[in-house]
Amino acid sequence: MPMLEVKNLHVTVDGREILKGVDLTVGKGEVHAIMGPNGSGKSTLSYVLAGKPGYEATEGQVLLDGEDILGMQSDERAAKGIFLAFQYPLEIPGVATMTFLRTALNAQRKKRGEVELSTPEFLKIVREAARRLEIDTDMLRRGVNVGFSGGEKKRNEILQMALLQPRLCVLDETDSGLDIDALKIVSDGVNRLRSPDRSMVVITHYQRLLDHIVPDVVHVLSAGRIVKTGGKELALELEATGYAQFQGEAAAAP
Amino acid sequence: MNAEVRTIKTNAEQALAAAFAVAKAKLPGDRKVAALREAAFGRFDALGLPHRRVEEWKYTDLRAIIREARPIAGPPDAASMARAKTAGSLIGDMDARRIVFVNGTFVPELSDLVGLSPGLSVRSMAQALAAGDPLVEANLGKVVPAEREGVVALNTALMCDGAIIHVAKGATVERPIHLVFAATGQTPASVFTRSLVVIEQGARVMLVESHDAAAGHHVNTALEMVVGDNAHVDHIKITAGLSDLIHVSSLMASIGANARLNDFAFNLGGGVVRNQTFIRLDGEGTHAGLRGASLLKDKQHVDSTLVIDHKAGLCQSREVFAAVLDGESRGVFQGKIVVHQHAQKTDARMMTRALLLSDEAEADHKPELEIFADDVQCGHGATSGALNKDLKFYLMARGIPEKEAEALLVQAFVGEAIEGIEHAGLRDALMGQVVVWLQGRED
Ligand SMILES: Nc1ncnc2c1ncn2[C@@H]1O[C@H](COP(=O)(O)OP(=O)(O)OP(=O)(O)O)[C@@H](O)[C@H]1O
Ligand SMILES: [Mg+2]
Repeated sequence: MPMLEVKNLHVTVDGREILKGVDLTVGKGEVHAIMGPNGSGKSTLSYVLAGKPGYEATEGQVLLDGEDILGMQSDERAAKGIFLAFQYPLEIPGVATMTFLRTALNAQRKKRGEVELSTPEFLKIVREAARRLEIDTDMLRRGVNVGFSGGEKKRNEILQMALLQPRLCVLDETDSGLDIDALKIVSDGVNRLRSPDRSMVVITHYQRLLDHIVPDVVHVLSAGRIVKTGGKELALELEATGYAQFQGEAAAAP
Repeated sequence: MNAEVRTIKTNAEQALAAAFAVAKAKLPGDRKVAALREAAFGRFDALGLPHRRVEEWKYTDLRAIIREARPIAGPPDAASMARAKTAGSLIGDMDARRIVFVNGTFVPELSDLVGLSPGLSVRSMAQALAAGDPLVEANLGKVVPAEREGVVALNTALMCDGAIIHVAKGATVERPIHLVFAATGQTPASVFTRSLVVIEQGARVMLVESHDAAAGHHVNTALEMVVGDNAHVDHIKITAGLSDLIHVSSLMASIGANARLNDFAFNLGGGVVRNQTFIRLDGEGTHAGLRGASLLKDKQHVDSTLVIDHKAGLCQSREVFAAVLDGESRGVFQGKIVVHQHAQKTDARMMTRALLLSDEAEADHKPELEIFADDVQCGHGATSGALNKDLKFYLMARGIPEKEAEALLVQAFVGEAIEGIEHAGLRDALMGQVVVWLQGRED
């Protein structure tokens, strides 16, 4: 059974249809890249997977391990293993990053019937994960993402991912805002999480990221539909040709 | 026949007049105090209970709220005193000198008066009134005259007991003083307490007031505070109680030069609460921080009204108020910053924010600036709104259940105001109360 199956998914936001019949199947252990022009619906797809309120699926299904998740709240989906690394991570003043991480981790464990981690156990895991991503633990005492640079925010997303050990990772433009060294650190972090029973959907505009996180499959999303699917060479092709060819096709579709 | 037109008195006003007529002979004080009470009652009688057509009381129509005056509380019985032992517990395990008042009367047996540090004196207002105390005579009703405030006049007329705290010039009181006002009578009563705090030049003290009252009580409490030059005072008032309680509190403080007042009001429920604060900055270079946090549910109503008078220049004032409103509760904030003509280089900033957790809750903000000086920096802001949905989604997307996500955001919201408390132990204790309040919301 595939990890994720998206079937004929139509999504409306604020009365406007953004996704117009998306089909996507991601097998266990696979990494799929999604590319596509600005405004084509990539973030919308990521939000629908994570269960953001206001993103209404009017048609179609989203199955995780064969189970339809569309009726679930976001926290339930997270406990089932879905993780979204946000394109624009939010700042939460007054909630210390450490508190946030621990609350999230323990909430998920609780929901899965696992015991909560003790403070020393938790600290050990966080310190190790932060060290690998070259995040200063002093930063984790601050409010979530407050005063973090763009790149630090992205790193913090991957730190959360490393701690929560999700089964389906959705990365929305995690490479944007990262300098060359940070891109390497973050990609290594992501690659460490690659495993036969963890799948990834990597949204990006640039081949650069896919040099580090090499995808099994590349899709092009244009105007709310997947218009082309290929191997990793498709990304290189797009780099050369751009999206003009697909925009015509999408516009012509009924 | 008397042709004079008179305003119709409400039942409560008539009952208060009758109660004063009976009580005045027994209330503490010499002849001078009796005259003070008589004059004050005359003022109250002329003004009546404040109502919504009085601008300052627009949102808290006390005349309509107090339908029936409660009888004036007598000295506490043994059962009331026993119940008062657990009063004031919201401060957690902070070490403080406990001074206890039960049903408006000072109870030395429950108070800790041993080993007062040099320069500190703590006395009972009732005893001082009876004995004719010069400190009381010099200050009572004079610190920041509130001529138009009927509730203050009523307090002066009926004041029963309270604390007199004096900190001598240059003295530092290390151990915080905890004034515990417990109204624990079996039958609902009216309680009038009046306190006077005089902090001389360069002295330092932390004062916590806890007000706990049993169902149905009407509390009218007032505190006058004189802060000398270079003095440093922390004052925290905690009000908690049940939904059918009426609590009216007046703080009147004058502050000298290069001093520091750090005031915080924490309101956890309590029926109808009116906290009015009148601060006058008399000397240059002073910093006044006035903050507050309220957590309300059901039909609870808290009205925080403050006037800060910048009479001298080069002072800084900061007002930060946060209200978390659930159920059908209502949070009112009225803040006025007055900058007098000679108070140049005043730096005053006021911020009030309300977080609405239900559609039925209501927040009213009325910030005002009255500026007569030309070289000042003043500003105010007010916001009210529901919890940020995007932040909630971010937390939930990490697996945090909805109620827990909301709780984290609420803690962050009130945390901003609570951060203003300098004592770390008390800060943590009050944050702990916020968590308890939030858990109560989930059940
Ligand atoms: N709340 C909303 N109301 C109406 N339209 C919206 C809303 N949110 C997004 N959209 C629209 O949906 C479309 C898809 O947006 P989305 O953010 O999914 O694009 P994207 O593919 O992620 O683009 P980018 O590459 O710029 O990140 C855009 O046209 C956007 O304006
Ligand atoms: Mg996007």
